[in-house]
This record gives sequence, structure tokens and C-alpha cells, in this order.
Amino acid sequence: MPIIEIKNLSKTYRVYQKQEGMMASIRGLFHREYREVHAVKDINFSVDKGEFVAFLGPNGAGKTTTLKLLSGVINPDSGSVDVMGHVPWERKNEYRRKFALVMGQKNQLWWDLPAMESFRLNQHIYRVPLEEFERTRDQLTEMLDVTRLLGRPVRELSLGERMKMELIAALLHNPDVLFLDEPTIGLDVVAQHKIQEFLKAYQVERNNTILLTSHYMKDIEALCKRVIIIANGSIYHDGSLEDIVDKFSGDKIVTLQLKESRSLDSLISLPNVMEVEAPKIKFRVERDEVGKVLSQILGAHTVDDIVVEDPPLEEVISNVFSEAEKEQAADQAQQIASQASN
Amino acid sequence: MLSDALTWWTFFKISVNERLIYRADFMLGTLMRFLPTVTQIFLWWAIYDVISTPGSAESATGPDKAIAGYKYGDMVAYYLLVIISRAFSSMPGLTRGIATQVRNGEIKKFLIQPVDMQGCLLMQRIAHKLVYYLIAAAPFALVFWLCGDFFVEGWPPPNVLVIFFLSLIFSFLLGFFLECCIGLIGFWFLEVTSLMFIYMLMNFLLSGHMFPLDLLPDSIRAFVDFLPFKYLAYFPAAVFLGKIQGWEMVEGLMIEIGWVVFFVVLSRFLWHRGVKRYSGFGG
Repeated sequence: MPIIEIKNLSKTYRVYQKQEGMMASIRGLFHREYREVHAVKDINFSVDKGEFVAFLGPNGAGKTTTLKLLSGVINPDSGSVDVMGHVPWERKNEYRRKFALVMGQKNQLWWDLPAMESFRLNQHIYRVPLEEFERTRDQLTEMLDVTRLLGRPVRELSLGERMKMELIAALLHNPDVLFLDEPTIGLDVVAQHKIQEFLKAYQVERNNTILLTSHYMKDIEALCKRVIIIANGSIYHDGSLEDIVDKFSGDKIVTLQLKESRSLDSLISLPNVMEVEAPKIKFRVERDEVGKVLSQILGAHTVDDIVVEDPPLEEVISNVFSEAEKEQAADQAQQIASQASN
Repeated sequence: MLSDALTWWTFFKISVNERLIYRADFMLGTLMRFLPTVTQIFLWWAIYDVISTPGSAESATGPDKAIAGYKYGDMVAYYLLVIISRAFSSMPGLTRGIATQVRNGEIKKFLIQPVDMQGCLLMQRIAHKLVYYLIAAAPFALVFWLCGDFFVEGWPPPNVLVIFFLSLIFSFLLGFFLECCIGLIGFWFLEVTSLMFIYMLMNFLLSGHMFPLDLLPDSIRAFVDFLPFKYLAYFPAAVFLGKIQGWEMVEGLMIEIGWVVFFVVLSRFLWHRGVKRYSGFGG
């Protein structure tokens, strides 16, 4: 029984299309041209309890829109969403007490007051019994190592410390479902790592369901077994991280350490050589060809070491993204062309 | 119910704590509040001076001739009382705050959390006001003590005082919900600065903030009486000074309450429509 179920979900924004220049602005007063942006197009997926799912996609792909739909901030144009038996955009208090949304770019704490006061307020807003509240708070502040900062005004905290406080504030009512929208944006590597570790431990312990969007592959590699790639409003891929490489990259990267540097002279003419650093050579081969190419080389040269690996995930993903962007641009061109012909 | 009350109470306490951080700012603001009034008082002193018959015996407090039923002392008392009315009914930053939250998306917080936005804002505002009164009490007392002579009639009878205080409480609520409504228009216009400006201008001229409404010609007065603005400044002051008496006082209070109810309902309506629009088009 899935905890989140999304069926045929679509959301279109109407965006006012303004031309450059003052005359265009004046014209805009009388006649406005709108362009439709399909933020989310007919997406389907479901999430089981206890899953940690990553949403991946270029800017404007529809990740945040999906999270907003799931948390009930916006209504869809069509389709259905069921989260723990609730329709999010009905915004029932019963549902709102069971989830949390953390946005890395938004601040929900009281700026001039110590985080402790915001926590206390959340305790009452979410009706958390005092004992449970104190237990959760102490545990979370300890895990994130911010206990000593509880009494300091939020405005005096560093970005990383503040983000940790944001997370705690969102987790005090022990939400069954947690939406994280770029929780590590703008943080340094150490703080990022700390938050990753925390989320991992937290999720394992509570077994709650987490949906995360992030631009940092490190976040996703560290945390999520399942990745949904969303681009141009549609789902490109839904599966494990390793599957992405299999699906979107047909290449392997081969690194050879040669016995004799002069072997390089003939190998350097191979197609797709990436790096030569005698006596090492690194090149790209299509996956099906790996065996054939290697046996040829091994027959002709003496090789000390062979490494065959997948291309780095970041590279694969960025390829997927740029492909998606091209499609999007084509879509838009088509839309504008069809409008012009009307 | 109980847990709701507890939530609001917590919200109130936190708002008080937050406000206390700005106490120095408050202190300065309070003193500044009296400055424009001082210039107005000087202006009226000059006017009364001109219209008074030369050669007659004049007291230190100025001429005795009345304008629209206000002697010089009444006029000064009126302005001091208007400062009190406005200490209840003015809502600095409320409209802009709401509109800004709509524009930058902070309003989402109230869609995600199980808590009512207007309730939060009201609690926050009550806290602001109470902290303000606490800090401003001393300077206010000083000014009123210094100006005690202008209150020629002394303290009004207790029943008038009761109406006076009630009208102040409702002028607070009226100001709050009225400005809430303007802020919520931000769901449609995004930018409410010009609306706010119009409101401030109307408020300034039609609430009795700038001059007692008794000075207006009858035809305009009838129109102004029909609007809610006068309850933000003129009405409480006029009750205190005995310009409005007997049943008219109670009637005025009832109409004031009526306006409060109207703006409560309107602001709820705007909130629901606004959220619907927000969740339909943007976010």
C-alpha cells in the first residue's frame, strides 16, 4: 500500500509574456499575451512507506511544483494525488499535522528570536505533547550538534546552523512524510555532509518517507536508493541510481596502465581518447565494444593494469538534462509557431 | 479549543518577546509621534489668535472664541486624544507585510502549517500594541500631565469613559481588519503601495486625524459620516470631549462594531478567494 500515489497529475501556469521596451509595456496594459508553461505534465508515480526518493532535474523542470502539489500549496489542473489518504490541496489540518516541507531557500524561523522559541510555537501548532516534544527536540539537537545554539537569535546563526534549526523545527511533530526542497543549497561541504548524515540516520531510525530535491549529486548518492528524474514536466526515469547510468549512457571508461610508454604511440590514435599521462591512457568505449577492444589491445601490448568504469554520474545526468532542455526549447518553438499562425 | 487557545497564547508570548527586542526603537517612535501634533497645535494657536477680538482679556491658554464648537483648549485636547485613538487604530507595516509575504511566497507557511494566518497576525499585532503601550505609557502620561489644563471639562463621566474605551478597542479591530483587506488585495495586484497611499490619504483627511470632522461643511460631513474612517480617530476623541452624547454615542459604537464585522467577513472572504487564486495560478 503506497503512502503517496500520484496519477496523471498536470499543472499549467499562465505566464505573462512581456516584450522588451517601453512601448511593449504600454501595449501590455491593454492586451496581454500569455504563454502556457506546462510545469508538470501527466506524471504518475507512487512511493511506499519508508522510501527515500530523490527528485532530480534541471531548473524549472517541475520538481518544486510537484512538491508544492504534494504539500497542498497549489491545486493541479487535472489528475489526483493521495498522500496518507488525504488530498493535499484540501488543506485539512489533519493532513497538515502529518507532513512537513522544508525549503532550503525559505526561512520559517523567527528571525530575531532564539530557535527555541520557534520550536515551542511549533509544539503548540502541531499539538505535540510536552514530553514527546522535549524528547524529540533533545534528540534532534544532539544529532545535529546544535544544542548550545538553541538560545541564540536565529539572525546570528550561520547558514548551516540555521538550516539545521529549520530541519529540527520541521521534524518536531515527527511527520510521516517529509518534503525537502534543496535542503543543502548554499552550504559548505562540511555542513552538507553533516546534514546528509543526519537525514540518513534519522530516516533509518524513524522509517518515515522522504522526498528530496537537490542539485548536489552527493546528496543523492548518499541518501537515495530511488531517483526520479523529472525534466520538462515529465518523468524521464524512475528507478535506482545505477540504472540511470545503464539507461542514459552507452559508454564505459577504460584506463590502461601500460608496461612500456611506447605502446602509447599506436593507442593514441584510438577514437575518444580522454587523457594521456604516460604510461597511462584513458579512453571511452561503447559498452558492447569493450570486450573486443580490450582483447585487441591485450593481444598487441603488455598491460600492467586495467580499470573499466561507468562514466561519472554527474556527467550522465547533465547529458540527460541538456537533452531535456533541447526538447523543451523545441516544444516552445513549436508553441510559438502555432500561436503565430493563429 | 483548549489547545487552540494555548497555541494563540504561545504565539502571543513569542510576539511580545520579539517586540521587546525593539524597545529602543519604540521609545524613539513614541516621542516622534508628538512632533507633528506640536506643529498642529501651534498652527491652531495662530488661527485662534487672529480671529479673537483684539483688546479683550486673554488667558495664557489662548483666545476663548470657538471654531465649530471648539475652543482653543478643546482643539488641543482633541489632537492629544487623536494620538490615543491612532495608537490603537494605526497598523504600521501590516498591509505591506501581508503583500510582501504574498509576493515572495512566504505566505505558503500558512497553507502548509495547521494555523490561521489572520489569527497569527492579530495575536502579533495585539502583542505589538501592548508592548507599545507599556513603553509609551510614561511619555504619554507626561504629555497629558503637562497639557492637563487644556482639558477644560476635566474627566468625562464614567459611562462616557466606558464607551470611549470600547470605541478604542473596536478602532483597533477596525484598523486591523481594514488594513488586512488591503494587504490581501496583494493576491491580485502583487503591489499594493498605491492602494496603501490612497488609504493613508483618506485616513488622514476623513478619519479626523488632520482636523476635527466638525469643521467640514454639512454636505461633506454627511458623506464622511457614512464611511468607516471616522472611527479610527475622530469618534473616540469626540466621545471623550462630549461632542457626541447620549444615544448617539451608543449608536456610533454599534455602527463601529458593524464596520468591524463587515471587514472581518470581507477579509475572510478575500483570504479564501486569494488562496484559491494563488494555488490555482502560482505559488
